[in-house]
Amino acid sequence: MTTAKRTAGGAGLWYWLMQDTMDGLRRRRAILGYLFLLPTLLGIFIFTAGPVFVSFGLSLFRWNIFKPPDFVELANYERLIGDVRIAISFGNTLKFTVLAVATQVSIGLLLAMGVHRITQTAMRYYFRTAFFLPLLMSGAAVAVVMGYIFHKEFGPLNYYLGLMGVQQIPWKTSADWVLITIVIMSAWRNLGFTFVLFLGGLSNISREVLDAADVDGAQGFRRLWSVTIPLLSPQILFAAVTGVIGAVQVFEEPFIMTRGGPGNASRTAVMVLYEAAFKNIEYGYGSAIAVVLFLVILAFTLVQMWMSRRWVFYQ
Amino acid sequence: MTANVMRDPGDVSAAQHRLHVVSFIAGKYVPVIFLFLLSVVIIAPMVWTVSTSLRKGTDSFTVPPKWLPTDLAVENYAEVFDKVPFGRQIINSGLITWGTVVGQLISAALAGYAFARLDFAGRDLLFWIVLATMMIPIQAVVIPVFIFLRNMGLVDTLWSLILPAVPTAFGTFLLRQYFLTIPIELEESGLMDGANQWQLFYRIYLPLVKPGLAVLAILSFNFHWNEFFRPLIFLIDNDNFPITLGIFQLQGYMMTGSIAVVLAGVVMSLVPVILIFLVGQRYLIEGIMRGAIKG
Repeated sequence: MTTAKRTAGGAGLWYWLMQDTMDGLRRRRAILGYLFLLPTLLGIFIFTAGPVFVSFGLSLFRWNIFKPPDFVELANYERLIGDVRIAISFGNTLKFTVLAVATQVSIGLLLAMGVHRITQTAMRYYFRTAFFLPLLMSGAAVAVVMGYIFHKEFGPLNYYLGLMGVQQIPWKTSADWVLITIVIMSAWRNLGFTFVLFLGGLSNISREVLDAADVDGAQGFRRLWSVTIPLLSPQILFAAVTGVIGAVQVFEEPFIMTRGGPGNASRTAVMVLYEAAFKNIEYGYGSAIAVVLFLVILAFTLVQMWMSRRWVFYQ
Repeated sequence: MTANVMRDPGDVSAAQHRLHVVSFIAGKYVPVIFLFLLSVVIIAPMVWTVSTSLRKGTDSFTVPPKWLPTDLAVENYAEVFDKVPFGRQIINSGLITWGTVVGQLISAALAGYAFARLDFAGRDLLFWIVLATMMIPIQAVVIPVFIFLRNMGLVDTLWSLILPAVPTAFGTFLLRQYFLTIPIELEESGLMDGANQWQLFYRIYLPLVKPGLAVLAILSFNFHWNEFFRPLIFLIDNDNFPITLGIFQLQGYMMTGSIAVVLAGVVMSLVPVILIFLVGQRYLIEGIMRGAIKG
């Protein structure tokens, strides 16, 4: 390239970099680019990208507090397949995910469509704030508060249901109810997210499209099904993807409220991962659970990305 | 429903017209009433939390539930600090969140700018890799990260939570979007004025992406203030816990004895996020929408 580059020594390098030409400018900007990326790339490599591969590797070892790591090939995975507790926990997680995502997407859509029709500013502001507020709470705070609300004898919920003639429901203590309870409490919090998302999506739909639907006489359910939902499909898909990814990772709500009980009825995938790795200190076995969990989340994400190409309608 | 009354009223009889008016009013107000009832149900747990936190311990968990904070038992709030090192834990939460947010703003602004406005070999490949890491959940890496932090002697320090949270693929992606919206002509005029590359970034571009920085700061603040899973694993000593673990401990100590004290802790943990919501809800909502556009 330039003669300056061939000149040995710092002065030459300085000139190569700082010369007042387009080439010099381009070089300076390229070097700046690498410098600016350094903290993020290094951090992502150390704390995310690298550890993913380490997790895969660790899952092939038996490693606990008593013994140094011992290469056992797929033994952890074989153990995992035969582990009833894990099967139940993953099953619970799957049930929870389907119910929670369906609930928060459908009710969020309903609320957004209702509030979208309101034109009065103060009322709009009230509803927006009311539906959004629970999202500000931590999962831990929600679990603690809802633990009391859902209390069988003293909880406010059963009291009011009692006034309506409903028998005391064992929300937290019955294996049949506990997952539904966790679905309700997590939907209560996440409604704020889907609601705001859909409300924004609705206000982006152009007036002409809706007017055209009016002219065509599309009303009620037909209008919802063939006009509103297709127009909101990018937001619905996004809510479903983030909802699934979040729901599969459900942890603190059941961990704090029921400790996974009664029995294993509210034990989740992340809870068994936590117990294996950090209670029983079995890093290898814990990593095998982590790998399976990761692959499940990845599969969900990829399927939904593929689906988005098939049915998401971009205006 | 509104379309009914939009039709020319001349061609309908008076009775039909009245029917249309009724259905118009029903169509207009029934959804609002329904929404209002739902909003009451959704807010009720929060109202109950605040009012119960101000009730005397013995009256705190009773049926029928009471809604007005008639006792004003503020001593519940003081008792939180006796049961767990809550003052220490508030400071810890503050330090963890503040350190993470500041670190993310700096690293993501630099990286977002590099991806948006600088040219270098391998840029698109690197960007693609950073994007792909957004799909990796914390559970997939928590064991190796824990082992790494332990070997570095960082377990049971606040650094164990701050350092791994600073590099942010999401924040980088978000700020890149904002940098991309700024017209490139500004850069050319900056160069004409003799600005060097750093000044171009710091003096010209950075002030223009302030809304993006606000969005990232608020989303990140809420997320890390509310975090539970990583602190539970990386921290051991009570005195190093953030407020979320403090509430969890408090709930364990009190069982169903005096839930007023536990709820007082919950209310205190909510204060910063509510304040930030009041000041910056525009950015919070924009953040949610931005995420959606990315799809």
